[in-house]
Amino acid sequence: MGIFRRIWALGKRSKLDREIEDELRDHLQMRTNANIAKGMSPEQAARAARLRFGNPEAFKERVEAEDAALSIEGLLRDVRYAVRGFTSSPGFTTVAIITLALGIGANTAVFQLLDAVRLRSLPIQKPQELVELLITGGNLGLGVNDHPYDSFTIPMWQEVRRHHDPLSGVFAWRQDEVTVGQPRDGKRVHALEVSGEFFNVLGVLPWQGRLIEPQDEAGCDLSKVVASYPFWEAQMGGQPITPNTTILVQGHTVQVLGVTPPSFFGLVVGDRFDLAYPSCIPPNPRREFFILSVMGRLKPGWDLARASGYFTSISPGLFESTAPTGYNAEAVKTFKSFKLGAYAAAAGVSMLRDTYDSSLQLLLAITGLVLLIACANLANLMLARANARQRELAIRMALGASRRRMLRQLLIESGLLALSGATLGVALAQPLSRLLVAALETSQSSIHLAIVTDWRVLLFAAVVATLTCVVFGTIPAMRGANADPIAALKSGERGIVGNRQHFFAQRLMVITQIAVSMVLLVGALLFVRSYRNLMTLDPGMREIGITIGHIGFDTLNIKPENEAEFKRQLVEDVRSVPGIQNAATTTNTPLGGGTWGHTARVGATEGDSRFTYASPSYFATMGIPLLTGRGFTDADTNHAPLVLVVNQAFIRKFIGTAQPLGQLVHVMPEPRYPERTYQIIGTIPDTKYQDLREDPPPIAFVPAAQLPVDAQGPWVAMMIASNAGPDAIQALRRTLEKKYPTMTLQFFDFQQGVRDQLVGDRMMAMLSGFFGILAAMLVVVGLYGVLSYLITRRRNEIGIRIALGAKRRQVIALVMRDTAAMLLTGIVVGTALALLAGRAATAMLFGLKPYDLATLAFAIVLLAVIGILASLLPAIEASNLDPVAALRAE
Amino acid sequence: MAKNDLQGALDLLILKSLSHLGSMHGFGIILHIERVSDELLNVEEGSLYPALHRMEHSGWVRAEWAVTESSRRAKFYTLTATGRKQLAAREKNWEQVVKGVQAILRFA
Repeated sequence: MGIFRRIWALGKRSKLDREIEDELRDHLQMRTNANIAKGMSPEQAARAARLRFGNPEAFKERVEAEDAALSIEGLLRDVRYAVRGFTSSPGFTTVAIITLALGIGANTAVFQLLDAVRLRSLPIQKPQELVELLITGGNLGLGVNDHPYDSFTIPMWQEVRRHHDPLSGVFAWRQDEVTVGQPRDGKRVHALEVSGEFFNVLGVLPWQGRLIEPQDEAGCDLSKVVASYPFWEAQMGGQPITPNTTILVQGHTVQVLGVTPPSFFGLVVGDRFDLAYPSCIPPNPRREFFILSVMGRLKPGWDLARASGYFTSISPGLFESTAPTGYNAEAVKTFKSFKLGAYAAAAGVSMLRDTYDSSLQLLLAITGLVLLIACANLANLMLARANARQRELAIRMALGASRRRMLRQLLIESGLLALSGATLGVALAQPLSRLLVAALETSQSSIHLAIVTDWRVLLFAAVVATLTCVVFGTIPAMRGANADPIAALKSGERGIVGNRQHFFAQRLMVITQIAVSMVLLVGALLFVRSYRNLMTLDPGMREIGITIGHIGFDTLNIKPENEAEFKRQLVEDVRSVPGIQNAATTTNTPLGGGTWGHTARVGATEGDSRFTYASPSYFATMGIPLLTGRGFTDADTNHAPLVLVVNQAFIRKFIGTAQPLGQLVHVMPEPRYPERTYQIIGTIPDTKYQDLREDPPPIAFVPAAQLPVDAQGPWVAMMIASNAGPDAIQALRRTLEKKYPTMTLQFFDFQQGVRDQLVGDRMMAMLSGFFGILAAMLVVVGLYGVLSYLITRRRNEIGIRIALGAKRRQVIALVMRDTAAMLLTGIVVGTALALLAGRAATAMLFGLKPYDLATLAFAIVLLAVIGILASLLPAIEASNLDPVAALRAE
Repeated sequence: MAKNDLQGALDLLILKSLSHLGSMHGFGIILHIERVSDELLNVEEGSLYPALHRMEHSGWVRAEWAVTESSRRAKFYTLTATGRKQLAAREKNWEQVVKGVQAILRFA
């Protein structure tokens, strides 16, 4: 095949030459032989043969020209020609490449993040074999959940450890935080508690020393750890691990067994562990604490469905033998009906993924639309360029270039632009992704993501670039290649009025731009307004000047029965510090994402309610007013009648229209929380509980001193009100450290914590706003460009109109009519699209409907104003046209 | 009306010769045309080779290196299916041209 031979010969021009030469030489030889056979002398024969060919070089070139027309070398020649064309119009080239680079870069950056949190597999051996075992449908809020990844109790894990036929190995793990260094001023680091099989089953090999093995699980004292590579490098100076390498963790000196490889960050995408320590199974593990995640590796020949079937079949026995005690019969029955299933875990687990997946997908759609607008602009630029070059193309065609050839030339040009744009875009995507990640980080949590330009990202960029090229390159290329050489040469560079179809393409681009930017503007306005709604939302309690204190005092060895009194004293200590307005303890810090609840019954109504155990000054500290009845006093202890303060949602759910005060609330038993009957003594308004988006749930407050003794612990969370700023908290810290030197103290700003939960909304508001403005600007540029261009093409016509007595106003109206038609069509189409697209964003919006009339109206007015402003300038220019100059130019 | 493609005559000659000869090198094609036309038609090498290479790119003919009857190496050209279609179309076209030209000559 000729084409393969030519690809083979690519870059070896001489080889192709030689082939032609060979063919000719053979021919010459045959002719010479024939001449000799006719009776000529050998010299005469050779001369006669050569004469028939004429100049051998000229001959060779003619043959070569035929070869080159469609060969790869011809392609290179076209590329060189295109590059020459670009260097001669640097302005156009720069604008085009930068537009494409930004567009493709933004798309790639978002995709890269999606890739990192969603598509990429864990850096372990054969990640596709990894499965996670979960209770199908979750544990329905039963028991105590420490962390969203944890779905197993220790007894459940012990059962699975014994019975796991489909899995070649299983392991359990959980996330934890430990203090490295002195307990008081040590560094809090991310730790993994892992069962002995963890590293073996994952197939992670030690970088240094050895990793945790089954025999390390023996004791429950923390004595051995494995360090992650970043921790080892940053905190341990990257020193070689020896049997004597130790560090101080949680106040204990522990041996560092080894270091994991740099690529291994744990199983949580978006997070990174610092230390791993062997898990311990206490003699009587709590049966209601879901504190472990369990994973395993599928044996060859087993798939997810079969493995799930196996675990479902062993579930009845498993949950029968691990059922917790201390619950009412119904809860135990629910527990025993749980079913285990196996789920793919190749990509690990990730809160980041669960939280931001839909945001990222929406962002990808937004950046895609921005790219579309940019492409429409570029297409218009290319169209204008193709028109300006019509004379050149016509000459080339008149000289014998085929239409196919011209089309190829034009497509090569747009392809080159797309390629340059994509290359720059991929390079730009890296810093852009990092910026996005930084926008999602908060004061309390950092995100560790490996942002890598892998094959998926490259493929994505290539596909985007190709689509781009098709969108902005094809129509101008078709137009250019179909140019009628004679008409083009006749009409000269400026040309008379182009045909109607011609302008139609350009108008269509502008209409597309207007419609798409309408969608983006509506989206931007919705997200900005939604974020504003969240930021200005009144959660029903004081946010400003509230500090959350986490205080641990296990080193003080206070007996459980004395803890309530100690905590009361501690509140008094805090309140006596100058600058502190008020303080109160609570078992649940509001708006922090955590929940605690019990099943309650009032009369015949049974259901779940949130329960918070708060000290008497809680309502005053948080600025929550009492509506009826009384608040708590120090006399409300376990030795006094049990009392409750409830919110309006509680009253609506359990009591209805009856008088709430004096009602008896029966609370179902749970481990450590015995069955009890409380009396309602006060009511408060609704307040937000878990986060800002949620509707206020039923909440019941119990006096902190009535917390069951079994549920007490040597730690407390305190809400501290102060208008004196950080100084008061510093003073408080010093006071407490002086009185209780071994106490652990952590302070967080309450409002900051609430705001930190809105980073996703902030990101969407900022980015959609940014892209909305960008889209509007691109529309201005596009509209201005097209109108100016149309007016240039119609110079003659406008000149004649003016010469015939058209007024300025009439000329301006002529141009503005054009704008109005395009704007109207674009806005109508855009509104329809925006309404459709709004549905996708419904779940992410707060306090807004996606079909918000005010938002739509504002976007329409904004676009109309932008459109009119963008076209006014070219219209005025047209009206100032000098008819004599315009006509003379022809 | 037939396309007045007198230039196409060369393509027609080459395609027709190849359909007779099956597979042939450039020199063979020239000899064939000379012999069959009783030396009335003389195709020049300077026109033949560019035409052959163009046809190869258009996919009308296939080319491969082979050994001649006098055991020389030479590039042999063979008609493809597309080439055969082209030949049919061009033969028909040529008949029209000839009819047209003759009509004009007789009229004078």
